[in-house]
Amino acid sequence: MPAKTYVKSKINGEDTEFLVEPRQSLLEALRDVLQLTGSKEGCNDGNCGACTVMLDGRIVTSCLVLAVESNDSEITTIEGIAGPEGLHPIQQAFLENAALQCGICTPGFIVASKALLDREPNPTEDRIRFWLANNLCRCTGYDKIVRAVLDASQKMQVATK
Amino acid sequence: MKWIDYESPTTVDEAVGLLAHHRENARILAGGTDLIVQMRLGQRQPAVVINVKGIPELNEITYSPESGLTLGASAPCYKIYDDSKLQKTYPGLMDSAELIGGIQIQGRASIGGNLCNAAPSADAIPALIAHSAICRIVGPDGTREVPVEDFCTGVRETVIQPNEMLINLHIPPPAPRFGARYIRFIPRNEMDIAVVGVGASVVLDNGTIKTARVALASVAPTPLFLKNLGAELEGKPANEESLNMAGQIAKKASRPITDMRGTIEYRKHLCDVLTRRALQTAINRAKEAR
Repeated sequence: MPAKTYVKSKINGEDTEFLVEPRQSLLEALRDVLQLTGSKEGCNDGNCGACTVMLDGRIVTSCLVLAVESNDSEITTIEGIAGPEGLHPIQQAFLENAALQCGICTPGFIVASKALLDREPNPTEDRIRFWLANNLCRCTGYDKIVRAVLDASQKMQVATK
Repeated sequence: MKWIDYESPTTVDEAVGLLAHHRENARILAGGTDLIVQMRLGQRQPAVVINVKGIPELNEITYSPESGLTLGASAPCYKIYDDSKLQKTYPGLMDSAELIGGIQIQGRASIGGNLCNAAPSADAIPALIAHSAICRIVGPDGTREVPVEDFCTGVRETVIQPNEMLINLHIPPPAPRFGARYIRFIPRNEMDIAVVGVGASVVLDNGTIKTARVALASVAPTPLFLKNLGAELEGKPANEESLNMAGQIAKKASRPITDMRGTIEYRKHLCDVLTRRALQTAINRAKEAR
């Protein structure tokens, strides 16, 4: 029986050690090994973005990363977005703007949106739509999502002033 | 996905040793955005996957006005377009790096991987041809160089032998008054596969085209370098008449098929339109360049 591989990475701020088969994706490791089931499997080929996580400061589709590749890296999943005081402003804005219906795509959209606002606090609507092109939503028609990101952007800027 | 063994060498020599040992049973992993999908679908079934992202040479992105750009084979797209100096110097390459996949894909996918995957629709390859890139390939007998237009030999087939791998791409420094452009036609705004893609570059001498290079994607089993088109444009004025001629040459030279993305007639028409547009933007950029 082939051996599993040891992986050590920092996930949502905590040093985490786990064993995986080299063929397992980062998404499979997060969900099936570490029980971090917030990241979703949609298409499993990189198109839908439901499995989006931050890997060493960049968003990636975790279905297209082998778990073994994440050794010695820093990962933030949807579980690491909310702070101790409660929801992140982007999560709050998604609720207030009704930017989700079934919710499967939401973790990916929120992780991707946070990466955008961390880099560019005041993006245009066009920029938001371009940035989120790798995230698919079959319920909302996208307008509510884009409005939620714009709303979060404004509130986060007011909060930092 | 079938069981794979995983190797993560940290030197070129180590990687070449692994390839010499495993040969056809091994596959190089850079960004993984093509390979992992292909393994999941059973289209490629390597026994060993060799992750090369830990090898310094394959991550290198260095540029100097004297020697040009060295682009490590596994350097992800975002590292290229985040570099403002490269933005201005290699505009055709930038066009490609910014439209391969979405932001998530660009966080992993590499230009070298796009080349080695050798899809007929690959967005980076026409741009690399327009920029006269040279592929540096390493194997047991050392390093060899192949012009990028000679790299792809068929659908998903390349000159790379089972015991070889791509180390980097070298792109020479552009001549004065150089401009380049890559454009593609897709039915939506982002995240799609080119129905036709065109990479073009020109060097201008006042209002005259000194040299030009044009390559097409998605209209033949491999990216198509139109050497004769460049020769026809040499010495011609950079005007509408010359671009119309170029469009007609591209249309005639293309050998597209009819599939779910478009018919032969539609693709041939696109070759004409996109070649004119790509050349026009390349000319505009050359006029702005110093």
